[in-house]
Amino acid sequence: MQQSNAYIITFSVILTVVLGLLLSGTSELLGPIQKKAEELDTKKQILGAVMPAEELNRMEAEEVISYYESRISSKVVNINGEEVEQDEEGNPLVAENVNIAKNFKRAPEERLYPVFIFHAEGNEEDVQSIILPVYGNGLWDEIWGYVALQTDLNTIEGVTFAHAAETPGLGARITSGDVQARYRGKEIFNEAGELEAVRMQKGEGKDYSADPHKVDGLSGATITAEGVNKMLERYLSHYKSYLERKRTGDAPVALN
Amino acid sequence: MSTETAEVKKPSEALLSKRRKKLITDPLVDDNPITIQVLGICSALAVTTQMQPTMVMALSVIFVMVMANLTISLMRNTIPSRVRIIVQLAIVASLVTLVNEVLKAFAFDMYKELSVFIGLIITNCIVMGRLEAYALGNKPYDSILDGFGSALGYSWIILAVAFFRELWGSGSVFGYPVFDNVSALFGDDFSLATNGLMVSPVGAFIILGLIIWVQRTKTGYVEH
Repeated sequence: MQQSNAYIITFSVILTVVLGLLLSGTSELLGPIQKKAEELDTKKQILGAVMPAEELNRMEAEEVISYYESRISSKVVNINGEEVEQDEEGNPLVAENVNIAKNFKRAPEERLYPVFIFHAEGNEEDVQSIILPVYGNGLWDEIWGYVALQTDLNTIEGVTFAHAAETPGLGARITSGDVQARYRGKEIFNEAGELEAVRMQKGEGKDYSADPHKVDGLSGATITAEGVNKMLERYLSHYKSYLERKRTGDAPVALN
Repeated sequence: MSTETAEVKKPSEALLSKRRKKLITDPLVDDNPITIQVLGICSALAVTTQMQPTMVMALSVIFVMVMANLTISLMRNTIPSRVRIIVQLAIVASLVTLVNEVLKAFAFDMYKELSVFIGLIITNCIVMGRLEAYALGNKPYDSILDGFGSALGYSWIILAVAFFRELWGSGSVFGYPVFDNVSALFGDDFSLATNGLMVSPVGAFIILGLIIWVQRTKTGYVEH
């Protein structure tokens, strides 16, 4: 049957309005819950750099949050390693709320760099490792992660990587525990004290345990692996000043 | 009065009459959307590396298909035929967005893993195919059964594929380490190797091909 144009237009308008209301209503309703889920996920990723994923997955949401609060303190630094306490508008900065993806779009000198400090329970002075966020591009989309350094600020305690759209079974393997475990115990500075970071090699199945700056690669995911290498190299160099200041015990607060 | 109307009324069809049962059972084997109609292959390859996400995907598809079939069937007499495809698309897209939002709120880990593929349910030919072929011309209850049947047909195939892929590729089922436990029975030196091929999409092609082969041998179905 053929309907008049007026009928079709009215029908479409009503349909659009009804569906639009339905969807915006849902997103309004679920928004706060989604935000919480996202925050929990970030906390899990940060903690994932210093503890095994299985242990984290066994924990309930509230347990993760209370564990996070009792073990992690955070601050924000700039490219020179100086602590930044306020953003441009003078609002106090919270490291957890710094959007790394947004900061990635700015020049490295202008970015904010959050630092998460894993310390003994209830004692912020007893630092166990420093967790640094990293961010970059994989093959298809963004990749990001957290690198935990031991108190010598050189040896890697652990890493977590995550990705938006890497190929399942190939590049997406950066999220798997056995790939991330390859980074444990590697070193980011060489013997001369220069930043060398850790590079995934081409090909897979070789033993790099003797070399502190190389890890086994991802077969079939060279571009993702290269993305991970660049991400680590860049972000570790951005944090270099902070790490060096921290090493020498000189970490002044930036005045701005 | 009431007795009169009852007499005029045709005896209503049983809730699960033979015809209605067929609506559900047909797509399971004889008219399976994946193995016979070869629709929805894209997600069948992509999400089936592990049982758990596959299960979520299957449930999502069942929800979307049942609800879309119901909605379209309820509206079937008002939908202008010239814009019906767009109307179907809008309804399916809204339902899919709903599923995605709910997953994001209540199962964030699943959302991270599946969101790309949940979005792709919109383009899953099974959904649009059933709307166009069935829901537009049939009553709501029958349409629900039809949608449910087709979605089940899709679901059991992807679950079967996922079962073999996870078992052979990762040595586990629903995350339970089967291979490790089996290896432990034969002493320390014995260990079952996993097959990396099964984790990649190629593995899904192979499993799916085998399932189609077995099925067509049994049913004697030939393509014309």
